[in-house]
Amino acid sequence: MQRIINFIIRNQSFLLFLLLFLLSVFFTIQSHSYHKSKFINSANFLSGGIYDGANSISQYFGLRKENEVLIEENNRLKSIMFNSETNGSETTSIDTISYDTKYRLTSAAVIKNSYSLTTNMLLIDKGVNDGLKEDLGVITSKGIIGIIENLSGNYSSVISILNSNSRINAQLKKSDHFGTLEWNTESPVFVQLVDMPKIAPVSVGDTIITGGRSTIFPKGIPIGKVTDFKLDLAEDFYTIQVELFNDMTNIGHVFVIENLDTEEIMNLLENDE
Amino acid sequence: MNNSITINGIRFIVLVLLQVVILNKINFLGYINPYLYILFIILYPIKNNRTLFIFLSFLIGLTIDMFSDSGGVHAAASVTIAFIRPAILKSTFGAMYDHQTVKFASADFASNLSYISITAIIHHVILFSLEVFNISKVILILQKSLFSSIFTIILCILTMIIFSNRK
Repeated sequence: MQRIINFIIRNQSFLLFLLLFLLSVFFTIQSHSYHKSKFINSANFLSGGIYDGANSISQYFGLRKENEVLIEENNRLKSIMFNSETNGSETTSIDTISYDTKYRLTSAAVIKNSYSLTTNMLLIDKGVNDGLKEDLGVITSKGIIGIIENLSGNYSSVISILNSNSRINAQLKKSDHFGTLEWNTESPVFVQLVDMPKIAPVSVGDTIITGGRSTIFPKGIPIGKVTDFKLDLAEDFYTIQVELFNDMTNIGHVFVIENLDTEEIMNLLENDE
Repeated sequence: MNNSITINGIRFIVLVLLQVVILNKINFLGYINPYLYILFIILYPIKNNRTLFIFLSFLIGLTIDMFSDSGGVHAAASVTIAFIRPAILKSTFGAMYDHQTVKFASADFASNLSYISITAIIHHVILFSLEVFNISKVILILQKSLFSSIFTIILCILTMIIFSNRK
């Protein structure tokens, strides 16, 4: 016993190093596994507050660009609104305050963004107090951004689609063939759509949208366009290079999208099993 | 003694803030970022309580990890260079280290440069190996470590020259 204690005292710095090193490797492995609650994340009072302060200064530099995006979106929405009014015979107005909406949108500002790592995360300035939950989709007017991972009272961290752990269901706009959206960590402009069946009519320039196969994103949110595609090693599936519509290096405001039927769908799926 | 605690405390906070608010957003050529916070480990007093030093290095790495959502990669890299720092110091400063008289500000440039370079390169290789976490992307790891190390080394040397209080 005496010898063991002596050994520990003699090698205390090495043992401490070993302990702390293994602890950090454990945190690292945990951060690489999808969907586990993490101890170390930026969705907390301290880092959220500091990023909030820094962002309140840096957001002034992007105001012009932000305005252009808003005008563009307004234009698009107005054109939809006016066009639907002209052929108004199909729209019936219901006099009620409880519309049967399927999705709820919450707007939020991005206060931290990264795109140079292999596991990129964003931080947004809304959290549990604003009604957000885990696993909600995050989008902009141009396309998808990612999925909420960790939350605190006023902040949440978002797994970017530029994250090697991210897997999102996506499909072609012109047909219903679907695959999985991944990122090979090489460029923040391109993501890869894998497991797209060989039979799918892919061609360069096609639009890729989200598929409705998960409850996170509604079907039909734009993602990007096909710039290149080739068969994988087994020659059964295409690997498609997708150029994102969003400029992931410059994101100001986002929307968090919540499917209000998630619980119902999940219950149904559980009953099936 | 008290003075040293204050200086290192301020250095800890300033370097962390500088790193997370400014330096993590540089992304030179898309992916090259300097990691200046290792200057805290580099400049920590030579005569120290080793256990406390290793723990503080772990803490600064973990703080950076918390801000950048990177799991524990900075903590692992920092704690490693803190642990092997005596060996690096011994190989670069030689006899000066044996007599415990190393003063970074007054030491000659060559020893300083090799000390900082070795520390930064070891730190970055561990950092990016854990961050990429994929042995098949070894080229990417080496590429990232090399370019970021160059950036970090230049910035560390510049910071030391600017803030050295040599008359």
